[in-house]
Amino acid sequence: MAVVFGRSAGAGAATPAAPPFVGTRRRRFGDRGFREITRAAGLAPLVLVAGMAAVMAHAAWPSLRRFGWAFITTSNWDPVAEQFGALPFIFGTLVSSLLALLLAVPLGLGAAIYLAELAPRAVRPPVTFLIEMLAAIPSVVYGLWGIFVLAPWLRTWVQPALGHTLGFLPLFQGPPYGVGMLAAGLILAIMIVPFITAVSREVLLAVPRMQREAALALGATGWETTRIAVLRYGRSGLIGAILLGLGRALGETMAVTMLIGNRPEVSFSLFAPGYTMASVIANEFTEATSDLYLGALIEIGLLLLVLTLAVNGLARLLVWSVGRGPTVVRE
Amino acid sequence: MMTSRRVVVGLLTAVVVAWSCGVGPATAQLLINGAGATFPYPIYSKWFDEYAKISRSVNFNYQSIGSGGGIRQITARTVDFGATDGPMTDEQLKAAPGELFHVPTVVGAVVATYNLPGNPKLRFTPEILADIFFGKITKWNDPRIKDVNAGVSLPDQPIVVIHRSDGSGTTYIWVDYLAKVNPEWEQKVGRGTSVKWPVGLGGKGNEGVAGQVKNTPGALGYVELAYAIKNNLPAASIRNQAGKFVEPTIRSTTAAAAAASAEMPPDFRVSLTNAPGPDAYPIASFTWLLVYREQPDEVKGKAIVNFLWWAAHDGQKYAADLLYAPLPAPVVKQIEAKLRQVVYQGRPLLAAQ
Repeated sequence: MAVVFGRSAGAGAATPAAPPFVGTRRRRFGDRGFREITRAAGLAPLVLVAGMAAVMAHAAWPSLRRFGWAFITTSNWDPVAEQFGALPFIFGTLVSSLLALLLAVPLGLGAAIYLAELAPRAVRPPVTFLIEMLAAIPSVVYGLWGIFVLAPWLRTWVQPALGHTLGFLPLFQGPPYGVGMLAAGLILAIMIVPFITAVSREVLLAVPRMQREAALALGATGWETTRIAVLRYGRSGLIGAILLGLGRALGETMAVTMLIGNRPEVSFSLFAPGYTMASVIANEFTEATSDLYLGALIEIGLLLLVLTLAVNGLARLLVWSVGRGPTVVRE
Repeated sequence: MMTSRRVVVGLLTAVVVAWSCGVGPATAQLLINGAGATFPYPIYSKWFDEYAKISRSVNFNYQSIGSGGGIRQITARTVDFGATDGPMTDEQLKAAPGELFHVPTVVGAVVATYNLPGNPKLRFTPEILADIFFGKITKWNDPRIKDVNAGVSLPDQPIVVIHRSDGSGTTYIWVDYLAKVNPEWEQKVGRGTSVKWPVGLGGKGNEGVAGQVKNTPGALGYVELAYAIKNNLPAASIRNQAGKFVEPTIRSTTAAAAAASAEMPPDFRVSLTNAPGPDAYPIASFTWLLVYREQPDEVKGKAIVNFLWWAAHDGQKYAADLLYAPLPAPVVKQIEAKLRQVVYQGRPLLAAQ
C-alpha cells in the first residue's frame, strides 16, 4: 500500500487530501529510502553483467581482432601455434547440456509429480529431503564418482550393449572409453535432476486445490487431472524449473571436465570424447601465458555468457508464448 | 530458523577472521608474497615452515596458481617472487620490467604409467613413446614394443593414451622430451604447457590422469614421479641418450640434473630432458623461482636471497622425503654465484656466507 502512496505523491508535494497524522513524513522517507535501496539492488546485477562483459571483451580483444568470426566456426585449437577455434567447445557445451536435459526432464518432472500429487504423506518428506540433498553435493564429488564408478560401468556394460544393438546409428559408434560425451551428459543429468525436481514440486504444490477438484468433478481420471488441471496450470513455472537445470548444465565445469575426455573435436558419436567451454577455461587458464592465448580463453568465457543470455532469452520467450499461467503462485 | 542461525554463525566467523587478521600484522612481521607453479608447492610450503623456525621475522605467502600465473604476476610486480616449472621465453623476459633471474630449487621427473594385466615392468624407447603419442603405434602387442620387452606378455589390446587436460609444467616436460627425441613431434606438435594432442583423452591433474589410467585397461599416461611413487603406480623404464634403460627414481633424476649441469647456461634456463650420462633418467626438469636482479626493497630483497641460499643448501635435505630430487652439488655452486649478483641499488644483498 505504502509504495503506491509514495509513488502517486510525485515530486516532493505532499498529497493535500491526506489527513495530517503523525508519522506521514517519516513513513514517506522510509518508503523512499526503501525504494531507492531496492532499486539499487535491482540494478546491481545489470551493472555487474555489463561490467563483466566489458572487461572480458577488453581482455579478449587480441583474440577477437585476430580471428573474428572464424573463432566460432573453426575447430583447430593449438596453443603452441596460437591458432584458436572454439567450435568444438561450443558444440560440446550444447550437446552435453541437451543430452542432460533429455535425460533429466522426464526423470525430474516425474519425481516432482509423484512427490506433489501421488506419494503417500509419509513418503514425501524423506524423499524430498534426499533429492534436495543431492543438489548440495559438490560437483567434484560427482566427478570422482563418475571416474571411478560411472565411466567403468559405461565402458564395460552400457557402451558395448548400445554398440551391439544400436551401433548402426552414428551416435553409438567408436571405441568404448567410458569417459566421453555420454558420460558427461549422464553426470550432468544426475546433477540437474534435483534442481528440476525441487522447483517443479514447489510449482505443483502451488497449483490451487480447486483446479484439481474441478477436474475431478468433471470426471477426469487421476492422470487427466494431473495433465489438464495441474501441469497445464503450472507450465510456465515448470519451464522455469527446467531452465534452471539447463543453466546449471551449461556452466558446470568440474564434474564435466573429469568425465568428458577433454578432446577438442566435433564428433557425432556419444562415445567419443568432447570438450566444453567451461572446462577448457578451467583447464588452461592458469598456464595461459601469452596475451593471445589468454584472450582466446576469455573470448570463450564471453561466448558462454552470450550463450547463457541467449538461452535465457529464448526461455523467456517460450514462457511468455505458452500463456498466462502464473510463474510462481504464492498465498 | 535454519537461515538465521546460519547468518549468526557466519557473522561470528567473520568477526573472528577480521579480528585475527587485524592482530597478525601487529607483530611487525615481514611478509613476502610469491605465486606460481603448483608442482613444487609441497616442498615450498615445507621450506617456508622450516625457514620460519630459523628466521622468525620473515613470513612467506605462496599462492600455487600455476606457472603461467606466476610469470604474469612477477612480470606485473604484484608479487615479490614468482615460480615456474617451464623456463620463461625470451619474449617473456623482455616484457618484464627488470632483469629476472631463474633460480633452480629442486628437480622433478615425469613417468610413463600404464594399465596392463598384472602391470609388468615395461621398457620404452623414445621412438616408441613418440609414436604411441602420435597414434602410430596403436596396440600393446606391436612388434616394436615387444622387441624391447622380451619375456613380457603383451595383450592384443588398443593403447588408450591419457594426457593432462589442464595446462601444466608436467605436460611441458613430457612434450619437451618428445620434441627433443622426435623431430616430427617438434614440428607438428611442439612444446607447451598445453598442446594439440594427436590422440588421446585428457584427465585433469595428476590424479585425473592416474584415475583414468587405473580405470581404463590398456591405458598409457604420464604423471609426476612424486605422484607415481606415492600411489604405487607402475612406471616404465626409458632408454636414455647413453642407450641404457633407466628406471625413474629420485637418484636417476638427480643424475640427470648433474649430467646436464656440465653445460649449464649462466641463466639456468636449461632443459634436463634427454640428459646425457649413463644413469640419467631422461624425462626430468628443474623447477625455478623467479626473482628480480635489482630488488626494489632492501629488507625484502635480503630476506629473499637469504631464503634462497638456505633452500639451496639446508633446504635440500627435505626434498627426498617429499619425493623431489635434490640439486646436484655443482648446480648449488652456480646458484651461490647467482645469488651474489642480486642487488639493491647496486649493492649486493647477500650477507657474507
